[in-house]
Amino acid sequence: MLRPRIIPCLLLQNEGLVKTQKFSDPKYVGDPLNAVKIFNEKEADELMVIDIDATRLHKNPNIPLLKQLSVESRMPLCYGGGIKTVEQANQIISVGIEKVALSSKAIESPKVVSQIAKEIGSQSIAVVLDIKKKSFSSKYEVWTHNNTQNTKLDPIELSRKFQDLGAGEIIINSIDNDGMMTGLDIPILEKVYSQLTVPMTVMGGIGSYQDIKSAIQKFRYIGIGVGSFFVFKGRYRAVLINYPSIKERDELYVNY
Amino acid sequence: MLTIIDYGLGNIQSFQNLYKRFNIETKIAKSEIDLNNATKLILPGVGAFDHAMDLFNSSGMKERVESLVLQNQTPILGVCVGMQILANSSEEGTKTGLGWIPGIVKKFLPSSNPQQKLPLPHMGWNDVIPSIPKNPLFQNFENDSRFYFLHSYFFASAVSEHSSATSEYGIKFSSAIQKDNIYGVQFHPEKSHHYGEQLLKNFAIL
Repeated sequence: MLRPRIIPCLLLQNEGLVKTQKFSDPKYVGDPLNAVKIFNEKEADELMVIDIDATRLHKNPNIPLLKQLSVESRMPLCYGGGIKTVEQANQIISVGIEKVALSSKAIESPKVVSQIAKEIGSQSIAVVLDIKKKSFSSKYEVWTHNNTQNTKLDPIELSRKFQDLGAGEIIINSIDNDGMMTGLDIPILEKVYSQLTVPMTVMGGIGSYQDIKSAIQKFRYIGIGVGSFFVFKGRYRAVLINYPSIKERDELYVNY
Repeated sequence: MLTIIDYGLGNIQSFQNLYKRFNIETKIAKSEIDLNNATKLILPGVGAFDHAMDLFNSSGMKERVESLVLQNQTPILGVCVGMQILANSSEEGTKTGLGWIPGIVKKFLPSSNPQQKLPLPHMGWNDVIPSIPKNPLFQNFENDSRFYFLHSYFFASAVSEHSSATSEYGIKFSSAIQKDNIYGVQFHPEKSHHYGEQLLKNFAIL
């Protein structure tokens, strides 16, 4: 039986790992290669690595670093940040990264999603939508460029559109809940989920094993992106990378 | 020499790196001459069937690999799309497959049961149940064996004895196949932690 994927999300900034809250206030938490080694030991399901500044600062993906991470990693890797062209996607896949994730470029120029899907296969391209609730409204909007540009687009429509264009996975990231560890924003995730046939991954807000368990019970076959909860420990947010053992993960799927 | 065929697709470095951890020497073949002392072969692959067939056909290595496999009985392990191209054809594309293990690659159909939503591609860790008697690739596994899958198409064998392990995703499908010296796995052993390491070690010591 297929298991849900519990995915540590590593945010890269200047080749170091950082953690944010509501996409602000990045704090350095460690070295990415070291983090990959630790998640190897813990036999994590898969890893997501996102360069949060690449698009905003017009930087290209750091291919040598990605190659290092991919060679070290004993689990699949998904990389996002600054991917604009089919060539870049190809380069990233050819150094051994399993999936590429696009956000800003996909929204700006949606046909790049089809082009990349055609080249490397739908299963290897994900689209990330960073979402924020509109002020004084129950509606959500998609933001890009690391929470600096409001596209004013609706994530429900947009996720469906990217699925139709060939994205093999849709990743919904809640800006409001990022780093807060107070739980996922379930209602909007349900709305997106109900109209997708490709896998959905949810991110932003996981603060406990109960949050993970609830998401699994609600959605079954999804990816659950976890940032702060696997990186910080205790009230003072000391940096301590952790991840559930295989046995602990099996317990999260009970009543599944 | 265990030789990993680099025809332009798949995580070549990951295989080499994994074997290096166990002091098993491997070689990467980019052209026919690199196949000279191959005693075992790995055929990786990701992406689409047609693309993989095109790249393999124009790699300059296809004829030599075919002769090693079909004439010399050199063991070969196809991984993911590398397994799918062992078939006669695929619903995903129009190219002819290698046809070394008779079968057709088919697409998973959406679940007819609305209560049971099965997203496609099949993405994540799933159980792999080896057939009895246990195939040599699955020796020394404890009770559970699970691997990482990432695919929307599966290999439908023409001959049921060629299925060496099954997994379930809406339907039961062959997650591993074997015909004589030709092996295939649908999942990614190079990215499946100790489970994948055990399987790849088993292949190396066949």
